[in-house]
Amino acid sequence: METDQTPHFRRVAILWLIATAILTPIVIFVLGPGLPPGNGSVQASGQTADNIVLLALSVPVAMAVLVTLGYEIWAFRERNLNGPVLDGPAITGNSSIQMWWLIITTTLVLFLAGFGSVRLLQDGSGGGQGPTPLVNPTGHQHALQVQVLAQQWEFTYRYPQYGGIETPTLELPANTLVEFHVTSLDVVHSFWAYQLGVKADANPGEDNIAYVNTKGPLSFAIHCAELCGVWHGYMFETGKVVSQPDFATWIKAMQVQYGPAAKSLPPYSTHYFPEPVGRGS
Amino acid sequence: MTATATRAAGAPPLQRRLLGFNLLTGIVLGVAGYWVAYALAGLIHGASLDSYAETGQSDVQIMIGYFGGVVGFLAGLGFLNYPIMRILGHPPNIPDHEVEEPGMAKFLRLSTDHKVIAMQYMMGIGVFFFVGGLNAMLIRTELLSPSTHVFGANQYLTVVGMHGSMMMGMMTSGILGPFANWVVPLMIGSRRMAFPRIEALTFWMLMAAGAVLISTIFFGGFQTGWTGYEPLSDQGTAGYDAYIGFFTLVSISMCLLGLNLAVTIVTMRAPGMTWSRLPIFCWAVLATCLLMVLAAPMLTATLLMGAMDRTMDTGYFIPGVGGSAFLWENLFWVFGHPEVYVLAIPGFGIVLELIPVFARKPLWGYRLAVAGMMGVALFSFFVWQHHLFVSGINADLRPFYMLSTEIISLPTGFTFLCVMGTLWRGRIRLTVPMLFCLAWAFNFLFGGISGVFNSDVPSDVTTHGSFFVMAHFHYTIMGGLIFAFFAAIYYWLPKMTGFKLSERLGKIHFWWMFIAFNSTFGPLFAVGFLGMPRRVITYPTSLIGLNRWVSVSAFLLGLSMLFFLYIVIKGLVYDREPAEDNPWHSKSFEWSLPTPVPAYDFNRIPVFSGDPYPYGETPASTPAGGPEPATAGAV
Repeated sequence: METDQTPHFRRVAILWLIATAILTPIVIFVLGPGLPPGNGSVQASGQTADNIVLLALSVPVAMAVLVTLGYEIWAFRERNLNGPVLDGPAITGNSSIQMWWLIITTTLVLFLAGFGSVRLLQDGSGGGQGPTPLVNPTGHQHALQVQVLAQQWEFTYRYPQYGGIETPTLELPANTLVEFHVTSLDVVHSFWAYQLGVKADANPGEDNIAYVNTKGPLSFAIHCAELCGVWHGYMFETGKVVSQPDFATWIKAMQVQYGPAAKSLPPYSTHYFPEPVGRGS
Repeated sequence: MTATATRAAGAPPLQRRLLGFNLLTGIVLGVAGYWVAYALAGLIHGASLDSYAETGQSDVQIMIGYFGGVVGFLAGLGFLNYPIMRILGHPPNIPDHEVEEPGMAKFLRLSTDHKVIAMQYMMGIGVFFFVGGLNAMLIRTELLSPSTHVFGANQYLTVVGMHGSMMMGMMTSGILGPFANWVVPLMIGSRRMAFPRIEALTFWMLMAAGAVLISTIFFGGFQTGWTGYEPLSDQGTAGYDAYIGFFTLVSISMCLLGLNLAVTIVTMRAPGMTWSRLPIFCWAVLATCLLMVLAAPMLTATLLMGAMDRTMDTGYFIPGVGGSAFLWENLFWVFGHPEVYVLAIPGFGIVLELIPVFARKPLWGYRLAVAGMMGVALFSFFVWQHHLFVSGINADLRPFYMLSTEIISLPTGFTFLCVMGTLWRGRIRLTVPMLFCLAWAFNFLFGGISGVFNSDVPSDVTTHGSFFVMAHFHYTIMGGLIFAFFAAIYYWLPKMTGFKLSERLGKIHFWWMFIAFNSTFGPLFAVGFLGMPRRVITYPTSLIGLNRWVSVSAFLLGLSMLFFLYIVIKGLVYDREPAEDNPWHSKSFEWSLPTPVPAYDFNRIPVFSGDPYPYGETPASTPAGGPEPATAGAV
């Protein structure tokens, strides 16, 4: 057997500790604040916090692998490739290491899944939850309802509490719980309000609800995040969160402008069955 | 050049040799078959078909045309000869064993020699890998700036879809086709696969599939990407029929390839090749085959439903006539998630197979490695809805899919532990294949860690459908599968062809590719985090800098592939330096055979005994599968 008494394992452990101790604070305090989607809404802040936790936890994991691999390559490298081919010791396994690896990784994974589930159940995280949401934030009965209508290749918005008018732009009041009803009139789209931390697929004939608690005024980018045809790349626009008095002014102006047109729209519904092309005619 | 001289002496003239059942006849009959079937299908009339009149293209005609083309192609290659002979009452005429045949012509014909088919796969897959890579270069050229300066939006999406389909479809056989076909029979001590003609069929069907996919450019392309989401694809012009034809052929080829390899490994092992002595690569192939056999038929069925929606006016996926867009998303990903592990697990197998050779140690944790790959294969069937976290379907199940997705990182982690354990206190020889294996560990680590972000629902709300996801799966597939693929090429190609590849140039290629790869896909995590959705032709001006960096890196990555091509051509065509029988001092059975391996493989069926990785200073006293040795060394 090998007579090498160098404490390789202890060295790797120390190197790992040092690397983790240096990199984790950097990740949390330097990279962390820059992580998406920022603090544009309560849900966005939640996602950012989640991303910071995940990134911080991935440092020790990544370092465990990288430090070990790096050390192994450095310490156990055959430096004389032209000499005789010598073998290493015939170690075929180590059940206690395997057991500890299994225990540690399982704990980590169960923690991550539990953590993610708890975070998800707190406020819905801004994701689309289908027609009957699992997570209903407090006060959702009085939320501002906004229907997002996706079609090739634009988003329009209906405000059912304001006469069901349909507007070409999206404005939301600050510090309000908003209930998005996302649906599509043709193919699958995805409504992505980046700074708000909202993403919900727009499915034809289906209602997809996503909640967001807005914070202060800001502009946010809206993209379509699901390939929806030729002009998918151009399906983006800017939405606004404005102060509550500004929103009241804006929605009044919209009602004046689009109120008459709303009369000829189909009555407000959570979904609209699109007319399939070329079928049943 | 004596080989050519001797062949030319007794061979019939070229025009005589071109006649017969070969690739040329296959192409001619394939094209003819397409037009004959197309014309015949034109006789089909129906009121429902008129709805497609505005495009001037009938999907029924094109799909039946593809069917005729594939049948003609396979008939031209000679796949129908044997069945027809048998139907006519002739006795079976399958040769008892393969015979040596000099020259290159055997690669352009139907062959049942597993080594010839492996080389055919290598060349065929290689061609389509380069086409797919070229598409990637075109995508990055367009994304040099947010304006549409190279392509129109329709062409751009076609290129994106072709890149995705080509890589996800053809590369499913990227390792199994060339390497499993070549090495698995040798490793388990068999002279052939269980079903040699099916083995050939999988290859030629895949080639037909590639041709069908490329034909989409004659029909206006398709706009759906490789996922083909309905009902967008129902809007698609005839170019989408090529997508359906392509993936149908790929899925049948995948299923047959998996079936063939699995049956080979289960039934054709030589005496002494017990399950605990099976080389780890064979375990990886077996795990992959289970996925292929179980998942690929799902895709075939899904595509059939999509084809019926297009041609027969059914409405499986059409909302408003009782169908649902969710149905496609679910059916597709029930196939699609096992599919990505079809791409990943062979990479695990290659890495675990090669690292003991170059660390000069037995595989550390053999049973753990097997459990890891089988575990990944099993769990991969229970995670598919993580692609649909924000889709609005089954939102209540998201915690479950979050858990199952994160659990799949446990068996993946076993592979890492086995890699690290095998390297521990070894005598690591940093050859080119070993460098690629180590790079696999580096790349796949970041692919795996970024996967945790995607599996976490709150985090996925932002990353879903963005470039972050795109960077994630390029780290796992390109960084995992393709790096393992190159490790396997540098490792086995000298044995397969009998000629050396330059070790020095190989190292240059490695570093070039490794750096360019990370420089390309690393920044894409940031691009995704900053809010750029996938598959877009334009982006905010604030992302110009990052996108240009990525594009330039991607071009360098593309050039590294050309450099690899140069290494191969230099080694196999110009230098032709004969390879040694066992340059790596491997103790795996295939290396004990002469180089190149004769057509008959070996005269006597080998009898296996002991550990598959008998490296080590002390003779391996405990066979793998036996009790763990108590010695833990310095650990």
